[in-house]
Amino acid sequence: MALSWLLLILLALAVIGYFAGRSRALASADGDARALHSLPSYYGYNVALTALIPALGILIIWLLAQPLIVENTVSGMIPDTAISEGSDRGLVMSEVRRVAYGLDGAIASGLLSEAQARNADADVQALTQSLKDAGQVLTQDISKPILLAAQKYRGITSTGSIAMQMAVLIVALVGAALAYIRTHKEFRARNVVEQGILALLLLAASIAILTTVGIVLSMLFETMNFFQLHSWKDFFLGSTWAPNFRGGSELSILPLLWGTLYISLVALLVAVPVGLFAAIYLSEYATGATRSIAKPLLEILAGIPTIVYGLFALLTVGPALVSLFGDGGALGLGWMASSNAVLTAGLVMGIMLIPFVSSLSDDIINAVPQSMRDGSLGLGATKSETVRQVVLPAALPGIVGAILLAASRAIGETMIVVMAAGAIAKFSGNPFEAMTTITTRIVSQLTGDTDFASPETLVAFALGLTLFIITLGLNIFALYIVRKYREQYE
Amino acid sequence: MNDMTRVERTVDSKAIKIAANDVQVHYGDTHAIKDVNVEIEDKTVTAFIGPSGCGKSTFLRCLNRMNDTIDICRVTGDILLDGEDIYDKRVDPVQLRAKVGMVFQKPNPFPKSIYDNVAYGPRIHGLAKNKAELDELVEKSLRRGAIWDEVKDRLDAPGTGLSGGQQQRLCIARAVATEPEVLLMDEPCSALDPIATAQVEELIDDLRKRYSVVIVTHSMQQAARVSQKTAFFHLGNLVEFGETGQIFTNPEDPRTESYITGRIG
Repeated sequence: MALSWLLLILLALAVIGYFAGRSRALASADGDARALHSLPSYYGYNVALTALIPALGILIIWLLAQPLIVENTVSGMIPDTAISEGSDRGLVMSEVRRVAYGLDGAIASGLLSEAQARNADADVQALTQSLKDAGQVLTQDISKPILLAAQKYRGITSTGSIAMQMAVLIVALVGAALAYIRTHKEFRARNVVEQGILALLLLAASIAILTTVGIVLSMLFETMNFFQLHSWKDFFLGSTWAPNFRGGSELSILPLLWGTLYISLVALLVAVPVGLFAAIYLSEYATGATRSIAKPLLEILAGIPTIVYGLFALLTVGPALVSLFGDGGALGLGWMASSNAVLTAGLVMGIMLIPFVSSLSDDIINAVPQSMRDGSLGLGATKSETVRQVVLPAALPGIVGAILLAASRAIGETMIVVMAAGAIAKFSGNPFEAMTTITTRIVSQLTGDTDFASPETLVAFALGLTLFIITLGLNIFALYIVRKYREQYE
Repeated sequence: MNDMTRVERTVDSKAIKIAANDVQVHYGDTHAIKDVNVEIEDKTVTAFIGPSGCGKSTFLRCLNRMNDTIDICRVTGDILLDGEDIYDKRVDPVQLRAKVGMVFQKPNPFPKSIYDNVAYGPRIHGLAKNKAELDELVEKSLRRGAIWDEVKDRLDAPGTGLSGGQQQRLCIARAVATEPEVLLMDEPCSALDPIATAQVEELIDDLRKRYSVVIVTHSMQQAARVSQKTAFFHLGNLVEFGETGQIFTNPEDPRTESYITGRIG
């Protein structure tokens, strides 16, 4: 029985439970809905939810746990002799899985009978041939231990899924029955449903949090693998980034971190003044009509995909900068050799961050009480004096928070730097030179043919984790500052 | 009505500081102030009383052109300060507001130190030549605001950390620091407790020695206690204007009488 059928049965059970619970509640009150503790539909929901939720919970846990258990059991069956040199248990296990799926496929297409598939003494070569005839993907000929393991794999999996279906249905039926029996006009179905809703909301919240934890853990394990293969001293304290897939790479984060911070700095130098001035104009000077047009227009910038910004940098900003600062350029300086440069990436990234800074700052400036402005204007200050000396100082903590949030976006930005910053890892203060960032190196280390056992690939996880920690720290700091500011006026 | 005798009422006539002739104020389509004529004397406390929404705050805000900051507000008619029309094109509203200081309903100290709060106006207008002069000006203003003794040891502490009454007296000191000729107060005690109110009222009476003070208040007792002249506003009209004692004991207009005896409000 396929999973979709199981889900349909559960759903049908819930619908039946809803109407059964509803009518039982009404019957217990002799059809007078006013005598019930809750509205009739609550009794229905109670039965439906009690049937559905525990069953779905078991289904999910079972689906997650079963492959792990099967894998462990089967992989113990494979003797060490069956693992050829240069291979490992993981590779053999994926072959076992392929054979198992191949057998399933062959049965489904009618080329093999169930008995043939289960026959442990089957002729290995004939079986390989018939599987290949059935169009199943096999990377090598089936060997005896792999066949045995695959048969065991199939066996456990199918027993497991039958057991799962039984368990899920039993839990659903028992739940529905219990809730149905409890249904009575005195029963506080409304409160129970409220609890159910609470549990649902809690589940949604915890999924988000657990995912974060999962991401961190997966990065952490790969990073630990990396540090077993490569010295942490070179990673954190070295000075050269020179990955070499033949081994002997120098993998230091420092030149990449320098590039990241330098490009982010240029981006912030663009975004903070422009964004802040735009926010001041919108919140202090613009009339309602201007504001209602200008603000959404500014926020459209935030909706442009970063790859489009990357194209803009590559095709427009880079060449424009070269024609200004390059050889034979308008300024005759000859400073800029290629359109890939810190300045190009920084400028475009700054444009990308403008709406981010302006819209957060605008909200924060608007939160400064009008009485502050009145007080200053009433003393004979002009509007710009009021903004500079009263409104901005009052809004400063919030604005700093906004800038820090923008900074953490700049540090994590990938597409623009991939396309506009170049790929050379070095320490240099010249904004007209190409440089590279942590994010672009993660991309380049993980694209193409990768071998997850080499430090050149695994370094991507160490880089990612470092980046994550930096931006997380910045975000926490920014939120702390913003929150501290909010306490002042509420 | 014993408290009415607290302020000695000088009846001798003084110079006219502000004269308003046929002032009209429109908020969009609403006609908020209608044909107001009033003469405010120098070195006198003038109280504006009236029910909520009667236009007394709006009129007060016309006197230093604070209504200019509201887009939909339109003022017509003449308001003369020392004989000069303050709505004339040659008058810079920013300069005017330094001459006509304002204290607001809710204490609104800036999120700066006590010293910087008071020094704000003098710094903007360049009233002090050097630090010593500024120090002196700040001290003088804080003394006039009757708050010097309470804050002289913590001038660097934030102004927002003071109590409500102290904050309001700080705001008065801040307004006084720009050396205004007129002080406008928009319900300065409505956010204060009775003790702080008493302190501020005492201060207002003291300020009368140097400035012309105009105060908007909801409390008729307060108007009676602190003012020499009272104007009663109702539905955008100036109903009656005269000596405070006269208004409270022997009003001419029946609407004034109904209001002060509590029949309309």
